[in-house]
Amino acid sequence: MNRKYELMFIVRPDMVEEELNKLISTLESSLTSAGGTAKSEVWGKRRLAYKVGKFNDGIFVLMMIEATGAAVHEVERRLRVTEPVIKFLTVRTDEEMKRVDKIKKLRDAKKKVSAQPAAVAAPVAATPEAAPEAPASV
Amino acid sequence: MAEETRTASSGGDRPERSGPPRGPRPAGGPGGPREGGRKFFRRKKVCKFCVEKIEAVNYKDVRLLAQFVAESGKITPRRLTGVCTPHQRRLSRAIKQARNIALLPFAGRAQ
Repeated sequence: MNRKYELMFIVRPDMVEEELNKLISTLESSLTSAGGTAKSEVWGKRRLAYKVGKFNDGIFVLMMIEATGAAVHEVERRLRVTEPVIKFLTVRTDEEMKRVDKIKKLRDAKKKVSAQPAAVAAPVAATPEAAPEAPASV
Repeated sequence: MAEETRTASSGGDRPERSGPPRGPRPAGGPGGPREGGRKFFRRKKVCKFCVEKIEAVNYKDVRLLAQFVAESGKITPRRLTGVCTPHQRRLSRAIKQARNIALLPFAGRAQ
């Protein structure tokens, strides 16, 4: 069963771009071969909030993954043995997204209901407003 | 200790027992000064996430998370920020994730 994950990892700042691209493509191919999909974006060099090892900044990479847990586990193992990777974090997102979608749906349903009476109420509200105006002008 | 925090959090919102029967409170907005002789009143705090309808609190949104982190790096308590319980739970989780991936500091300011 495929689940959605967000995998963020940081590589050391002095890593060459080609090597980084190679690393990303190997990770992606390992995911796709396991029947998942992956989309990655490189955030670029960023300052770390605290020192990690001897690094003060690093290149952040974010991967949006849809794969099985075992495939993600394998990717994590690879990251752990890849020396230039200084930190990584995997977060499962599908359940949170499901919850947010549910709330959005509920909210939209409420909006539709409230939008209709508002349209009806507008002319009703307009008439009493017009009524006191007429005597004032007389 | 518990008593102390309670009074601190509820502030001027506690009417005396012998006071008039409480009517329906005005929903939201700043409450007017009470006749009880209080010189100042606190504006009612509202949950930022409920007001702005931010449902998913993500660890990547450092700008948002940084608003709820004290200068020392600590997560600001709910009684100071007014965030509701469900959102505070998600917020604290997101902050902890952000700390783990070095987007937020564990202690002190980000360099």
